[in-house]
Amino acid sequence: MATTTPTRGAHGSRPGRHAPKPMTARRQAWRSRLWRFDDKASPYAYIAPFFLVFGAFGLYPLVYTGWIALHRVEMTGLDQMEWVGWENFGNILQDSEFWTAVTNTFVIGVISTVPQLMIALGLAHLLNYKLRASTFWRTVILTPYATSVASAALVFALVFRADGGLLNWVLGFFGAGETNWANGHWSSNIAIAVIVIWRWTGYNTLIYLAAMQAVPSDLYEAASLDGASRWQQFRNVTIPSLRPTILFTIVISTIGSMQLFGEPLLLEGGQIGAQGGTEHQYETLSIYLYNYGWNLGHLGPAAAVAWAMLVLLLLIAAINWLIGRFVRKTAA
Amino acid sequence: MRITRTVAGRSRRTAVMATTGLTAAALLMTGCSDSGSDSDEADANGNITLTVADFGQFGYKEAGLFAKYHELHPNITVKENVTAQETVYYPKFLQQLNTGSGLADVQGIEVGRVKELVDTKADAFADLSKVVDPAQWVNWKALQASTDDGKVIGAGTDIGPMSICYRRDLFEQAGLPSDRTEVAAKFAGGWEDYLALGEAYKAKAPKGTFFMDSASAMYNGVVSSDSEQYYSKDGKAIYKDSAGVKAGWELAAQAVDKKLTQGLAQFSPPWQAALRKGTMATVACPAWMAAQISTYAGDEFKGKWDIARTPGTTAANWGGSFLSVPAKGKHVKEAGELVKWLTAPEQQAAVFKAAGLFPSNKGAYELPDVKTAKLEYFNNAPIGEIYAEEAKVIPAAVLGPKDGVIKDSISTQINNMEQRGTKPDDAWKAATEAIDKVIG
Repeated sequence: MATTTPTRGAHGSRPGRHAPKPMTARRQAWRSRLWRFDDKASPYAYIAPFFLVFGAFGLYPLVYTGWIALHRVEMTGLDQMEWVGWENFGNILQDSEFWTAVTNTFVIGVISTVPQLMIALGLAHLLNYKLRASTFWRTVILTPYATSVASAALVFALVFRADGGLLNWVLGFFGAGETNWANGHWSSNIAIAVIVIWRWTGYNTLIYLAAMQAVPSDLYEAASLDGASRWQQFRNVTIPSLRPTILFTIVISTIGSMQLFGEPLLLEGGQIGAQGGTEHQYETLSIYLYNYGWNLGHLGPAAAVAWAMLVLLLLIAAINWLIGRFVRKTAA
Repeated sequence: MRITRTVAGRSRRTAVMATTGLTAAALLMTGCSDSGSDSDEADANGNITLTVADFGQFGYKEAGLFAKYHELHPNITVKENVTAQETVYYPKFLQQLNTGSGLADVQGIEVGRVKELVDTKADAFADLSKVVDPAQWVNWKALQASTDDGKVIGAGTDIGPMSICYRRDLFEQAGLPSDRTEVAAKFAGGWEDYLALGEAYKAKAPKGTFFMDSASAMYNGVVSSDSEQYYSKDGKAIYKDSAGVKAGWELAAQAVDKKLTQGLAQFSPPWQAALRKGTMATVACPAWMAAQISTYAGDEFKGKWDIARTPGTTAANWGGSFLSVPAKGKHVKEAGELVKWLTAPEQQAAVFKAAGLFPSNKGAYELPDVKTAKLEYFNNAPIGEIYAEEAKVIPAAVLGPKDGVIKDSISTQINNMEQRGTKPDDAWKAATEAIDKVIG
């Protein structure tokens, strides 16, 4: 705006230029109003495309999903919608499978996020030292993030396979018996968490590393002058400075684990994967939604699940915010 | 002053260009979707491309039928678009039917889905009874794709008459007869006899082998040989009381209890690996299964497998597909002609020869490619003869809209009994809960 405003001023009110034919007061007022409108409105026009796209591809589906959630709609007849009110929500809340999915999502979320962020913090700390070929290491650490979920999950499916899987083969050397990883509740959840950790640790490491490099070095100098060890520096300088970044990664990881889909789907693959295991032992909310909508063809309850997921995310966000506020307060 | 003016001028120009660019992009996008369908239209010489969308294996490529059709009709090129898994193919197909876009000229339909489409989507399909004579097919096959008022939405391709594939060498080692008529005689009385044979096998079985691959496959055989399965004639879901389902479930539970099964979900990687290792003595074997077995078991077991007639006096049908012509296609007439040709006796026989999919067209049974067909991998079993005999005694079963998903839910629970030792009652409860969710 700073550039355009003076230009217009120069055009409109250069003294003497239009002197022989002075503008009528009315016309001038109208013009200036138009310019003021232009000044005020154009920024909105410039950002409008994003909101139009968001409205069409973000907001509209969101609202329409909510509308579907209140109807009985079958995959076989999208044009026939029958109003059922809150029945779909009631049905999924009474479905034990839904609660299995909530538990699994939560469990996998915790056992993947917590170790993941801790490992990332440690790795970032190591990468923050003066290293030879540091760019190389930083690139290497990001490679798992660059692989697609599908290929990562397929490779890990081979690792965790019950019959002739790599992990069982290695464990066999130590005399451990064969474990059917996908079959057990905990073992399958751990298997999925491992895939998630493998993929996302590098990404979080780089975020932490960037934040660490923004920590002023005089803090460390002062600390080492005071005789603080590396570990004490990490605990008392690095971690407190990283607090906002840590909160950010927690939020991002929470959203990520809420939407966990590809890893459990592909752990066993096929029809079994689409149900989250034969006893839903690793079924996440996304899988539950997918199964309801695309396998069973009931779009109403599937839409209800989508909204339930949104509500859960908002709840978690609220808790996060409360914790964040608490942490900030105690820090101050 | 000048500087600011230039900057302003440039930024305005950029804005103009950006807007033009956006508009152009938008036009391009819409233009693309238009030209996408344009390619279906005939060019100046009247050349058209027919698209065929199907799943798994239909055998047309193996039999070279599309190339042959192009030779017979030089102005028509056929393109096939195959989705590996039917469970992926079908939801997409439904979406395309709903929106009316993205459909191929010819679309495959699996037998487990055909009733649902007959019930809910018949309007979306061209009536094939005007193009193809439904009387050509085995009678129950034609009924499956017909509406009450006689509209036919799909032309039958293959059927899956069921037999028992078994390992001659393992049977011999266990002291059982290995000749296919003698083996069939052992379970001529029905699936109970099959289990009894399993116990005899287990008593002297070579170490590390199992009588059957999975109890769910046997369950499928039992249910599919009954005329009453998951739905009654008036369209009610009766699976909880259906005699066929009950018998199948109880036999499956017995097989699990007696530890006759290896407990592998069919077609899963562990199942494929077990075939390669050769650990299962029998597999309930619809016609199309033979190709799967020979693929996964490999050369090592060539000639060691054999095929015996199904247990009992009625045969089971498992699987089989249809070819349909969506009514909104651009070349409905030409697509109908293609379907007629593909499902004619000669072509079905060619598919059987090339890919082992057994014809649903009765006319094909007398053709030499079917009648004298022998499967070298299966110790030269006369499969044409065996399956044609079985096709005759398959009962006309009532199909329901959710047959496929119901079957899958029950199979999953049978798998749980096998693999996790789930008690039959708990498994049945879990299965009914899952099914009620499907139907509900």
